[in-house]
Amino acid sequence: MRWCPGCDDYAILAQVQKTMPALGIPRENIVIVSGIGCSSRFPYYMATYGFHTIHGRAPAIATGLKIARPELSVWVVTGDGDGLSIGGNHLLHAMRRNVGLKILLFNNRVYGLTKGQFSPTSEVGKKTKSSPMGSIERPVNPVSFALAAEATFVARVAAVDQDLLGKILRRAAVHRGVAFVEILQNCPIFNDGTFDSLTDRRTKTDRTVLLEHGAPLIYGRQRDRGLALDGLDLRVTTATGDGATSRLLVHDEQAPSATLAFLLSRLEDPVAVGVFRAVESPTFEDGVLRQERSAAREGKQADLETLLYRGADTWKVE
Amino acid sequence: MSAIAARAEAGNTPEIDEVDQVVVRFAGDSGDGIQLAGTQFSTTAVVVGNDIATFPDYPAEIRAPAGSLPGVSGYQIHLSSHDIRTPGDSPNVLVAMNPAALKTNLPALERGGIVIVNSDAFTPLNLQKAGYADNPLSGEALSSYRVIAVPISTLNFKGLERVELPKKQLDRCKNFFALGLVYWMFDRPLEPTLRWIQAKFRNDDPVGEANAQALREGYHYGETIEAPSMRMRVGAATFPPGVYRNITGNGALALGLVAASALSGKPLFYGTYPITPASDILHDLSRRKEYGVRVFQAEDEIAAIGAAIGAAYGGALAVTGTSGPGLALKSEAIGLAVMTELPLVILDVQRAGPSTGMPTKTEQSDLLQAIYGRNGESPVAVLAAATPSDCFDTALEACRLALELMTPVILLSDAYLGNAAEPWKLPELSSLRPITISHPRAGNGFLPYARDPETMARPWAIPGTPQLEHRIGGLEKADGSGQVSYDPHNHEHMVAVRAERIARISQRIAPAFVYGAAAGDVLIVSWGGTKGAVFTAVDQLRKQGLSVAAMHLRHLNPLPGNVGEVLGRFRHVLVAELNRGQLLMLLRARYLVGATGLNKVQGLPFRVSEIVDAVRELLGRGRRHLRKEEKHGAHEDRGTGAGSDSALDARRLRFGPRSALVPGM
Ligand code: SF4
Repeated sequence: MRWCPGCDDYAILAQVQKTMPALGIPRENIVIVSGIGCSSRFPYYMATYGFHTIHGRAPAIATGLKIARPELSVWVVTGDGDGLSIGGNHLLHAMRRNVGLKILLFNNRVYGLTKGQFSPTSEVGKKTKSSPMGSIERPVNPVSFALAAEATFVARVAAVDQDLLGKILRRAAVHRGVAFVEILQNCPIFNDGTFDSLTDRRTKTDRTVLLEHGAPLIYGRQRDRGLALDGLDLRVTTATGDGATSRLLVHDEQAPSATLAFLLSRLEDPVAVGVFRAVESPTFEDGVLRQERSAAREGKQADLETLLYRGADTWKVE
Repeated sequence: MSAIAARAEAGNTPEIDEVDQVVVRFAGDSGDGIQLAGTQFSTTAVVVGNDIATFPDYPAEIRAPAGSLPGVSGYQIHLSSHDIRTPGDSPNVLVAMNPAALKTNLPALERGGIVIVNSDAFTPLNLQKAGYADNPLSGEALSSYRVIAVPISTLNFKGLERVELPKKQLDRCKNFFALGLVYWMFDRPLEPTLRWIQAKFRNDDPVGEANAQALREGYHYGETIEAPSMRMRVGAATFPPGVYRNITGNGALALGLVAASALSGKPLFYGTYPITPASDILHDLSRRKEYGVRVFQAEDEIAAIGAAIGAAYGGALAVTGTSGPGLALKSEAIGLAVMTELPLVILDVQRAGPSTGMPTKTEQSDLLQAIYGRNGESPVAVLAAATPSDCFDTALEACRLALELMTPVILLSDAYLGNAAEPWKLPELSSLRPITISHPRAGNGFLPYARDPETMARPWAIPGTPQLEHRIGGLEKADGSGQVSYDPHNHEHMVAVRAERIARISQRIAPAFVYGAAAGDVLIVSWGGTKGAVFTAVDQLRKQGLSVAAMHLRHLNPLPGNVGEVLGRFRHVLVAELNRGQLLMLLRARYLVGATGLNKVQGLPFRVSEIVDAVRELLGRGRRHLRKEEKHGAHEDRGTGAGSDSALDARRLRFGPRSALVPGM
C-alpha cells in the first residue's frame, strides 16, 4: 500500500471493496480508470481491470472505453486537483454528455502527491507551501460544478461515513448515466482535520443535513432545525412548532430542474450530504448505439466492396 | 512558352487543338464557389479519362472581406493525356472572377497564357480593394497574355431571367456560368455536372435549375466567341486496367481506416477535435455508422486522444486525427500509449506553423515533432503518405503496424495531400491482407508485459476477459509482470525494449523506393507529399541526360534498412522537404552523410522547376562559389555547423547501417 498511514483513502478503498462484489457485476467487467494524484493510485489496490492514466484525463479515457464497450462498468477515480484543476474540462464534458461513468472524486482540498500545495477546492486563506500567506483563490464546489454540468446523479459523502458511502456507491453503480460522487477525504499529512466538524460524532449532526428523497430537510442533534426557501435562497429555520411542516423544504432528488439541488450544494452550515440529484436521461452510449442501429436498419451494405466500389462514382478501364 | 501559348499566339489553328496536357486555375473570392467549380471540372476531366492532379488553395478559414486580396480562393487542375504526378507548376489558363483574383494569380500564369476574367467585377471599388490604380483590362498590363474579358455577371443574369430567385442568389450561379464557358473551351460534356446538380437539389428546387441553366449559358456563350484558337482538347490518358474513382487524401485516409477495421474485425473508434485541415476525415467517418464506426467529437485534442486510448484499451481499432497544433497537445497522451503499449493510430494532416500558423496551407514541419516531440525516450512508428490515393495504403499500413505490434503509430499527411484529388485505381479486394490479432484468453500465469519473441509485442488483454484482470498505467513497468517498478536497471531495460520494438519494424517494411538511376551523381531524398514533384523532376533531369535518382521514404521511423546503402551510391544527396531541413538533420546525424537541403516554407508545395533548378545548380556549382543565396522560390541550405564543409561537395563521409549517434531511430 502506498498511501500514508491514517489516510482516508483506505476507508474509501475498504468500502468500495466491500460494495463491488455485492453489485452482481462480474469482476472482469469492472474497470477503474484514474488520473494522477494520491486518489489515483486506487486501481492498483483493486482486483478488477484498472488503468492509471495521466493527470486529469481519466474522464476522457473512460469515455472512450465506455463508448467502445458500453457493457462494461467503468469507474473513474479522481481527486480535487486531478478532476477540477487540470482535468476540469474533461469532467465537465463527461457529465454533460451523460456518459455512463461512475465518477468518484476524492476531495481533500490539497495537493497531496506533490506534497502540499493549495488545490482548487482549498478555502480562501488556506496556508500551504505555495500559499504561505493564505490562498487568495476562491474554491470550486464540486457538487455545484456537477449540477451545473447537469450530471444525472450527484452525491456527497464523507469517506468515514461508511454506511452512507456504501449506500451511495450502490446507487451510483446502478444509475443509468453519469454518477458523480464527491467524497470528503481527510489528508492527515497535508490538510489534517479539514472536514472534522462534518465527521466528528459530537458536531456532525449539527453541521450536516442528510438529504433523503421525499423527506423534509431536518437536521441537528435534537432534529429541531430545518431548511426553508427564502426568496431565491435557503435559510435555516426551526423544525418544530406551528407551521413547521409547511415551511420546511422536502427533498426531491428527481426534480427535473437542478435548481434546488444547486442551492443545497452551496450550503456551508449545515453542509448537505447524500444524494442531491438522481434523474433519468438518455445516456451518451445509448445514443451512439441507437444511431448505429438505425444506420444499419436503413439497409446500407457495410462491407469492403461497398466501401470502396459503391461509395462513389467509379469508372472502369479495360 | 508552352505549346498552348505558342499556338494561341500563332492564331491560325484548327477549331479545337489537341494538346497533351493543360493546367487550369480557377480563382475568385472565397464566396464565389471556386472550390466547387474546381472539383466539378476535375470530376468531369476524370470522367473523360484524363489523368489529373489538383491543388485547392484555400484562403484562411474565416472569410476575408469580399473582393480583398486575402479572400482569394484558388483551385488548380492539371489534366493530361499521360501519367502526371503534380498539379503543374504554372497555369496555362487562368479564370479570374475579380481583380483581386487576377492580381494574386497572374504572376503564376505562363507568359502567353489565357486569362478569362469576369469584367463585370472590375469596378472601381474592386480595383481599389485589389490595389490596382488603373483597370488592367484597359491598357498594357496584360499585353503578354491572351485576355478574354467576359461580362459574366450580366450574362448570367440575362440567362437566368426566367428563374424565380432573388437577384443575389442568381448571382451566386456565376461560377457555373464560368465553368460552362471553360467546359466549352476544353470541349467537355456538361452531363457529369448536370448529374451532380440533379443529385444535389430536388427537382423543383429553383437553385438547382439556376445552376444548371447558368452552366448551359456559359457553354453557349463560348460558341458565340469569335476566338476559335482558344479551344483545346486533352485526350484520354491510358490507365492500367481496373476500376477507378476520384479521391482526395483526406477521403482516402477515412476509407483506409474503415478498410482496416473490416480487415482486422475490430470496430473503428475515431476520437477527434475539429481542426483544419483534418476535419474532413471527421465528416467522412461520421457518415459511416453502418460500418460500426464510432466517431467521438471530443471537447479538446487531449480528450480526443484520451478517448482513443480508452477505446484501444477496450479492444477497438483506435484512431485520433489532428494537425500540428493538436499533435502538440496530444504529446503527453501519446507517451501514455507508448508506456502502456497500446495500439493507436495518430493522423497528423500537417499545416504551416508554428502556433496557429497558416491553417489552410501545407507544410512538412511536424516531422521532428512526430518522431521526438514527447517527454522521455518515447519512440513511435512514423509513416508519411505520398499521394492522395497513397493515403489509403498508408492508413492501412499504420493500422496494421499498430494492431499487430501493439504500438502507437503516427501517420503524417499534409494540407496539400488532404485536399488534392487524383484518380485512384481501386485495390482488388483479394489483395487486401487481413490484419491478424489475437487476444489472450482466460488462463493461469498471465503476464500483461510478456512479449512475443519476434515482435516484442505484449498481449492485448481486454476488459471483460475473466481471470486476466490487470492494471496498466503511465508509471514505469517491470518487464513481464507489468508491476510498477522504480528499479534503475529495469527502467534502462524498458527504455531499450521500447526502442527495439520500434527499431525492429525496419525488418518488416519495404525497402526505400529508388526511382531513376541506380547510382550516380545526385540522389534526391523525398518524403510525404513532395514525391510527385520530386519524381517528375527526376524524369525531366534524366531526359536532359543527367544522372539523377530519387529515394522516397514512406517510413520515417524507423527508416528502411537500405537507406544508408542507397545514400552511399550517389555523389550528391539533396533532401527536398517543405521545412527547414528536418529529414536532412536526421539523415546527417544518423548516416553522417554530407547531404544538402532543398527547403521551402511558403505554405505551398514544391514546383517541379524548383527541384530541377536546385539539382542543376548542385551539379554545376564548384567549391569556390559557395555562399548562401536565397532564390525566388525554394532556397538551398548548404548546411551549417558540423558537416557543412562536406556538404559543399556533398561527399559522403561515412555510412553505417545503424549509427549509434541517434538511438531509437
Ligand atoms: S498525502 Fe494525504 S491524501 Fe495523499 S496519501 Fe498521504 S494522507 Fe492520503
